[in-house]
Amino acid sequence: MIVANRKPFEEIIAMLKPYSKILLLGCNECVTVCATGGSKEVAVLASEIRLYRQKEGKPVEIREVTLERNCDPEYVESLNPFIHDYEVVMSMACGCGIQFVGEHYRDRLVLPAINTTFEGVTEEHGVWVERCQGCGNCVLDRTLGICPVTRCAKSIFNGPCGGSQGGKCEVDKDLPCAWQLIVDRHKEMNMMDKYLEIQPMKDWSTSRDGGPRKRVREDLKI
Amino acid sequence: MSTQSNLERVLKNGAFAVTSECGPPRGADPEVVKKKGGCLNGYADCINVTDNQTSVVRMSSFSACLVLKGMGLDPVMQMVCRDRNRIAIQSDILGAAALGINNLLCLSGDHQKFGDHPMAKNVFDIDSIQLIQTVKQMRDEGKFISGEEVKGKPNIFIGCAENPFADPFEIRALRLAKKAAAGAQFVQTQCVFNVERFEKWMEMVRDLGVHEKMYILAGITPMKSIGMARYMKNSVPGMDVPEEQIERLKGVPKEKVAEEGIKIAVETIERVKAIKGVAGVHIMAIEWEDRVPEIVKAAGLYPRP
Amino acid sequence: MRLSYPTNVKIIKVPCTGRVDVILVLKAFENGADGAYLVGCLEGDCHYLVGNLRARKRVEYLKHILDECGIGGERVAMYNLSSAEGQHFAEVAREMTDKIRNLGPSPAKQTAVRKI
Repeated sequence: MIVANRKPFEEIIAMLKPYSKILLLGCNECVTVCATGGSKEVAVLASEIRLYRQKEGKPVEIREVTLERNCDPEYVESLNPFIHDYEVVMSMACGCGIQFVGEHYRDRLVLPAINTTFEGVTEEHGVWVERCQGCGNCVLDRTLGICPVTRCAKSIFNGPCGGSQGGKCEVDKDLPCAWQLIVDRHKEMNMMDKYLEIQPMKDWSTSRDGGPRKRVREDLKI
Repeated sequence: MSTQSNLERVLKNGAFAVTSECGPPRGADPEVVKKKGGCLNGYADCINVTDNQTSVVRMSSFSACLVLKGMGLDPVMQMVCRDRNRIAIQSDILGAAALGINNLLCLSGDHQKFGDHPMAKNVFDIDSIQLIQTVKQMRDEGKFISGEEVKGKPNIFIGCAENPFADPFEIRALRLAKKAAAGAQFVQTQCVFNVERFEKWMEMVRDLGVHEKMYILAGITPMKSIGMARYMKNSVPGMDVPEEQIERLKGVPKEKVAEEGIKIAVETIERVKAIKGVAGVHIMAIEWEDRVPEIVKAAGLYPRP
Repeated sequence: MRLSYPTNVKIIKVPCTGRVDVILVLKAFENGADGAYLVGCLEGDCHYLVGNLRARKRVEYLKHILDECGIGGERVAMYNLSSAEGQHFAEVAREMTDKIRNLGPSPAKQTAVRKI
């Protein structure tokens, strides 16, 4: 899922300063799973903003709406009957959803309440970790299921580097060294001879480096 | 096929090589580089210039190498993969060769988190092994990474680094073998304090035949103070400093600690020289370049061939 | 036990403090509460095993939220008692009341509007 963190409260409050009628949007998918922007988090943030603004003597009206998804037009269109009753939209959806709603309602600003961070998985209840960078050219077959682009801080393809210590990355002692994991996996699968192969240079043109990307399925276009 | 590298000449003639290094200044004053070069002149076969080491901005390795070259020294340019993409890398390789730099040390580079600009964007377009392949391909086949022709091949002696003390220990020799297969001709290791562990690594290296494919230079760093020794033991990743060496430093009066540190360095040089497959030493006396001459002399390695 | 405790304490009964969601406490503050506290079973004695542990974590989170929006995390607290500790219950009520009284009315009070 896409994982995100709520922005610091001061930033949110600063963005909302000029407004007193706000639509606070959430999303029922990724940001719900990582407990950042689902209906519960929308309710809590709305409450916080109201309490703060009551304290400041500048009360605010907030409508809380959580869409099934913010990245498909059918759901975004459901905002049509009431979005114009509000001065501004603040969204707790991921960066995609924030932009998509803005594209549909050009006369309304959509402000980000969260910082979208990474594509990841739930390591344990309450802990989410990064797994994929969307590089566009998956090499997981070559590294036996561990992504060197995402999980190695230097995206090395022939690792580990000299900073690997005790199975941990030099960047953060709580971060496992991806190449330690890859070497261990090679040993587990009895494939150490594969480790000696020199992995070729990555073609980054399929990643964001090559420019914003698009996927099309002609047979699905109406 | 030979390059103009002085280091290559010394190694090929079978002599025990000595290289050293200097760190460029955090400013535009070339005199700092000249002073360090002056200390090392005549005591090393080649002098490395670090490349924004620990991600701290310094005068570029490329330019400081030229300052040393102007003094008649043979510099080793260090190049990290952290700050440059493959376009800038190939461009700098051509430029270095054009200006008579004969040696290139290919490194991954410390993560920018350690340095003074942790907000910088990461490059790491290619890794150190792919960088070695790139230099080799440009030099021997006259081809860029794209496969197109290099009009005027860069004749460079290719080096790399390896850390015998990093984890996972068992694959450190394998990784060196990979670097040799990629085209590295010499390796400078991380500084050696734990000679027993280094000997074990050399055994694994010899088992793979790597000592016959490339020249291995053991890293040597003299300890200036007990504080420095402790710092290296506890805070620098991939360093193995045996407790007994710290005890030795503690066992002498305060004014004699630096001297004892130098003694230990000289002893380490003598011990690694006796290990089969070690072709030389790389003396890294960080901000202590003026003591390198006495270390080289005490180890019986002066004058240089 | 017929012990007395301050009349300003409004009790809301729940089957377990683990049932208390963060938003419920925030709503209380929105509706004019000056303070809120959870009274759960002694740790290790929760009938639902870990409900009171979850509640404690939520109270910690609430303190952080209330500090953030300027209401003050000191206005919320977690206590652990057994249902037999009537005396302690009254003491807690007095202690919390005194604490809140010293802090004064909730800063959100002036323009609090009752929302359904």
